[in-house]
Amino acid sequence: MAINLKTVDDKELLYGTKICQGCGAGMAARMALKVLGEKTVLCTPACCFAATTTVFPQSSIFVNNAISAFPGLAATASGMTHAMKALGWDDDYTMLAIAGDGGTIDIGLQGLSGAAERNDDLIYICYDNEAYMNTGVQRSGSTPFDAWTTTTPTGPCSKGEKNKFRKSLFEIMSAHRIPYVATASVAYPQDYMAKVAKAKEIKGCRVIHVSAPCPTGWGYDTAKTVELAKMAVESGLWYLAENEGGEMKLTYKPKELKDPADYLKMQKRFKHLTEEDIQEIREIRDAEWERLKKVLSFE
Amino acid sequence: MNKPKVNKDLKLPTNFDELMIGGGNGVGVLATVNSGFRTFHPVFDYNKCVRCMFCWIYCPEGCIDKTTVDPESGKIMLEVDMDYCKGCGVCANECPTKCISMVKDGDDDE
Amino acid sequence: MSRKAFLSANEAAAHGVRLAKPEIVSAYPITPQTTLVEKIADFIADGESDIDYIMVESEHSAMAAAFGASLMGARTFTASSSQGLLYMAEMLHYASGTRVPIVMVDANRATAAPWNIYGDQRDTMSQRDAGWIMLFAESGQEALDMILQAYKIAEDPEIMTPVMVNLDGFTLTHTYDVVEIPDQEEVDAFLPPYKTDYKLDPEHPLTMAATTGPDFHTENRAQQQLAMEAAKAKIQEVSDEFAKMFGRDYHGLVEEYRCDDAEVALVATGSSAGTTRIIVDELREEGKKVGMIKIRSFRPFPKEYFHSVIDKFKAVGVIDRSISFGAEGTIFQEVKGAMYGSDAKLGNYIVGLGGRDVSRALIKEMFDKLFNMVNGGEEEEVQFLGLRW
Repeated sequence: MAINLKTVDDKELLYGTKICQGCGAGMAARMALKVLGEKTVLCTPACCFAATTTVFPQSSIFVNNAISAFPGLAATASGMTHAMKALGWDDDYTMLAIAGDGGTIDIGLQGLSGAAERNDDLIYICYDNEAYMNTGVQRSGSTPFDAWTTTTPTGPCSKGEKNKFRKSLFEIMSAHRIPYVATASVAYPQDYMAKVAKAKEIKGCRVIHVSAPCPTGWGYDTAKTVELAKMAVESGLWYLAENEGGEMKLTYKPKELKDPADYLKMQKRFKHLTEEDIQEIREIRDAEWERLKKVLSFE
Repeated sequence: MNKPKVNKDLKLPTNFDELMIGGGNGVGVLATVNSGFRTFHPVFDYNKCVRCMFCWIYCPEGCIDKTTVDPESGKIMLEVDMDYCKGCGVCANECPTKCISMVKDGDDDE
Repeated sequence: MSRKAFLSANEAAAHGVRLAKPEIVSAYPITPQTTLVEKIADFIADGESDIDYIMVESEHSAMAAAFGASLMGARTFTASSSQGLLYMAEMLHYASGTRVPIVMVDANRATAAPWNIYGDQRDTMSQRDAGWIMLFAESGQEALDMILQAYKIAEDPEIMTPVMVNLDGFTLTHTYDVVEIPDQEEVDAFLPPYKTDYKLDPEHPLTMAATTGPDFHTENRAQQQLAMEAAKAKIQEVSDEFAKMFGRDYHGLVEEYRCDDAEVALVATGSSAGTTRIIVDELREEGKKVGMIKIRSFRPFPKEYFHSVIDKFKAVGVIDRSISFGAEGTIFQEVKGAMYGSDAKLGNYIVGLGGRDVSRALIKEMFDKLFNMVNGGEEEEVQFLGLRW
């Protein structure tokens, strides 16, 4: 389903939040709610998103919503979607869970695996800002190699995050054989929103992993969120893909991968990198891209 | 402008009966504005604007309004809700025609 | 017409759940809770119940799913024990703090390490401050009846607090007795379907479990305390109503057994109350003026009752199947606090840990110790009884 920005609903279902300026998570949630509409029930863990939307007496969410615990989000959403059916809610309501990368691929993974195994009828969106941002930029299982965070500080004995590969939520969820899994980026709203729209029409457990840069945690000018998110995709450090019923494919292929150096140099979390370090990242990117070609069957 | 407004009549609970149990609340309750976040604000050059709506969709605050139409030209006149714009500058950065400039609050003629 | 059946307390509780007709059950198996949730699965498989049983992958998710379903206004149930209760501890607080009326059974069991699957109350007592109403049943019959009462208490608009029904692991959960199973019509008359405005609703959307800062959080907590205090009268009221409809009177928060002219009383919970009842009868035969105080409701704590008996007994002993290390038995602390100002001798007996039998001999020994103090003897206030050496 092609997304025409001119006709996308003007009505805001997320407004007046206290997110940081230029917040990618805010973009990701707003774009999703634009597609899903008012017939959405939203649940989030006690993450950035919850902390910036629903601090009493403020409630910046305009649909039914609740907060749950970090490891409990997916199961809470499961309980909610089961209850919606048991209590006879209209069929066109969407149960939406939104959590960050930490809340999803680290502390929330077990619960999400359970929800996926049961194929509970919900959409789960992971906004990935590549660290635990709400608690103050600590590393997560999605923090990229060499990135500075407050728990992977740089110094004579450290170059930042040590793991060369981030957990692949796309592949983890694909292995659960749920009906729909996708990756997306806030810099490609038509691609992302089309995926949300597609997910909305499917029953069962649907998971979308969306790249959402964080100016506060990454250290860049707040105006550059979309620019950076785009550079990540163009340089092959992130990818736009989907898995619909087992059919995996790339949904956007950069004509030619750009040099990651420009992307890295725009962010304070990578400012310590030498040319040698950047070369290592290029090599990791190249190997990962070759691997993705096999996983997603593209040339 | 078709954007939610700050709830000026918001009454805080004054006793236990008025306080919803369990941290409950209504939805879409805007207690305060966000203009205090802002140093710069976007200004549109409507002659250069091509109504591509990228600023509108990228705005993390959703505070760009697309419902106002110029009666003469029939064109959408994008407006910014200054109660909720934080001045992040994403709109100006992404505008393909560079029709949005970020102006320091108080420095323009308005 | 009600019917009689030979059931374990777990099975009896499962019948209670079936009769209460929750829309959602979410549970993860753990000994000695398993036969309860298996029985619920049987009811569903046999077409005797249309509960939607969510097979979760952990206890944390069991409580999270019950929490989520409860947010939508569904009647929900879960059950756990020991490590499982500890694992869901975070969600216990979410449920009570959000004021959703989940009912759960905890099959009371020791907590590791050392690993032990048998009964004591260290699991539930470690969750004393989780904000749940905590009830203890003495028998399979009371387990069934308590489930029905629990929903009526939890879902009351003034209370809106989840209830944990505690069953002693194995001693109750796996012990068979004749249980009267009420008719669905009778239960429906006692416990109508759960209706509330405090839920996520298509017509009236809400924000639930929101963040509250220093400006309102204390008021949220004071509200919880008000509800807990109000629950005292509600528990009594529901118990009385149940007695009137079903003919079984559990006396609300506390049951006094042969206490009218008693000089010495022993405070018991759960299955220990059953044994103590027998010993009280035996000692009464011998002419000893003894009685039992059975605590049904540990949270809210029947402080007013204990305060009212500060001049009634010469000695009061408390049976504890848990201890707060470095302090005292958990129930004893509360009884002692509530009896502040009493001249009665107080004794605390730590027994029945990790499944060790709270035997008739032990109960007798407790009464002996209490009488010893009444007669001027000295006793340590807190004692482990029945130690191997």
